[in-house]
Amino acid sequence: MKVKTRQTIKAYMFMAPALFMIVVFVLVPIIGSLPLMFYDYSVLGKTKFIGMDNFKRAFSDPEFRISIINSILFVAVVPVLQILSILLALLVNRKLKGISIFRTLIYIPVITSMVAVSIIWGFLFDPSGLINTALQDMGLISNPLGFLSSGKTAMICIMFITIWQGLGYYMMLYLAGLQSVPKELEEAAIVDGVNKLQGFIKIKLPLLKPYIWFCTLNSVISAVGVFDVVYVLTKGGPYNATLVINYYSYTKAFTDFEFGYSAAIGAVQAVITSVLSIFVFLYGKKGGGMTYSD
Amino acid sequence: MIKKIKRKNRSTILAYLGLILISLICAGPFLWMLSTSFKTGQNIYSLEFFTAHPTLNNYLGVFKFLSVPRYIWNTLVITLSSIAIDVVFSALCAYPLACMEFKGKKIIMGILISTMIIPAAAGMIINYLIISNVHLLNSLVGVILPGSVKVFSIILLRQSYLGVPKELIEAARIDGAKETRIWRQIMVPGIMPSVSTVVIFDFISRWNEFLWPVIVLQDPKKYPLATALSYLNGSFNYKFGYIAAGTVISIVPIVLVFLLCQKNYIEAISGAVKG
Repeated sequence: MKVKTRQTIKAYMFMAPALFMIVVFVLVPIIGSLPLMFYDYSVLGKTKFIGMDNFKRAFSDPEFRISIINSILFVAVVPVLQILSILLALLVNRKLKGISIFRTLIYIPVITSMVAVSIIWGFLFDPSGLINTALQDMGLISNPLGFLSSGKTAMICIMFITIWQGLGYYMMLYLAGLQSVPKELEEAAIVDGVNKLQGFIKIKLPLLKPYIWFCTLNSVISAVGVFDVVYVLTKGGPYNATLVINYYSYTKAFTDFEFGYSAAIGAVQAVITSVLSIFVFLYGKKGGGMTYSD
Repeated sequence: MIKKIKRKNRSTILAYLGLILISLICAGPFLWMLSTSFKTGQNIYSLEFFTAHPTLNNYLGVFKFLSVPRYIWNTLVITLSSIAIDVVFSALCAYPLACMEFKGKKIIMGILISTMIIPAAAGMIINYLIISNVHLLNSLVGVILPGSVKVFSIILLRQSYLGVPKELIEAARIDGAKETRIWRQIMVPGIMPSVSTVVIFDFISRWNEFLWPVIVLQDPKKYPLATALSYLNGSFNYKFGYIAAGTVISIVPIVLVFLLCQKNYIEAISGAVKG
């Protein structure tokens, strides 16, 4: 037997267990959900091929339209989250005593489960919760506000919680970016009498570009896929005010058991995510963001 | 000169004020939850941080209402077995990808990386059908298996194998050592730091996972902690003290693990952009 053939056999023996798991639980599910969207999949009755009917149904489904609009609105968290994270990274990049304690405190929301986070904020936003009590004590409002039960504010609360939980994560990434800025460059800038703002715009921001690109892309993907907060706090309500596409697709699959329709909705979600990602990707390429991320 | 020092002091004070404010916004809700979990029914919504009469009633109550030790046990079984499967299978799989030449290597790497781009939710329906077809619905094994081996772990460990000095491997091969022995005695010790990163990542993601268990498990007794908590939140809304205590119980282990492994974890997170 040739040496290379023997090596190949050995290599596959090493990889077999992991590859088996990935084929069964990652590849097959992804590929398998492609044909699903063209079927009327029924758990009990007969499954039949219905062509584009799931998509036709989606585009005349008012709830589906609402979920798309809500999801696209939700992407507004991305720029807010990224700008705040960069500012925060600048703040925690300073050499101050005890700075690592502050970094840890800001990071705690990132590692806690979305369930715990949602429960905590659910109670803070409650009509008899801390925020309402504080506002009433200060005399700013006379009657408690139903932050999560009003269609006008529920979405804003969900966005707020998402930003609050994401801050620490993106802050750490940008911090890594800031710390990779060569010291000599900063010193040279100080010698040249560049002020802080100029120094940030001319020196740090360009070097942060690959990080901004990476973080924005991640952030867009998770914003279109937002699910956990909605599931725990509002279940898409009140009156569909927080119905986002990922949650709608979930309810279609696992409360109504309409797997085919759910897969079609999921496909639309994938298309939206890809279009937005390509947009970010092209922008990143134009701005030289890809230079050392690949 | 004095003026300059003064200005520097002022900017330091401002920075500290900003840091304290943001830390309060980020960690404050957790501290408030902690303090609430020691309050009694009547003053549960009171604004004071330190209650005059701290009580353990909420903790006793939540243990009586929910079988908390059971949920902790379920969570541990799910978390630890996923970690074990992921570490062993990924460490085995990453080895040839880093250190051996074989047919199909490029294709396998390509497939692995492309699956990382697709969100896990996309495969949820088919995963459910697979688990249901092999009769693993309503079992912890059905919760554990899908998503236990993470492509991310394989890529991370491959990266780590590449860092082990080539001379060591070559020398062992010349000495006639078998591939499995090289792996066990040279490579595995070399990748230990990255293995610990995989362990922390898996621990956090599995401990916090709640949706997949809801889908697979019909019997709430088999729920892990996070899932049980969302269930408790839905059905005992008025028992706020209990929910507060339950939330604290679910958060403490994860915060402890994070504090212990912080440095390693943050390095891995930051390294992800470049890698």
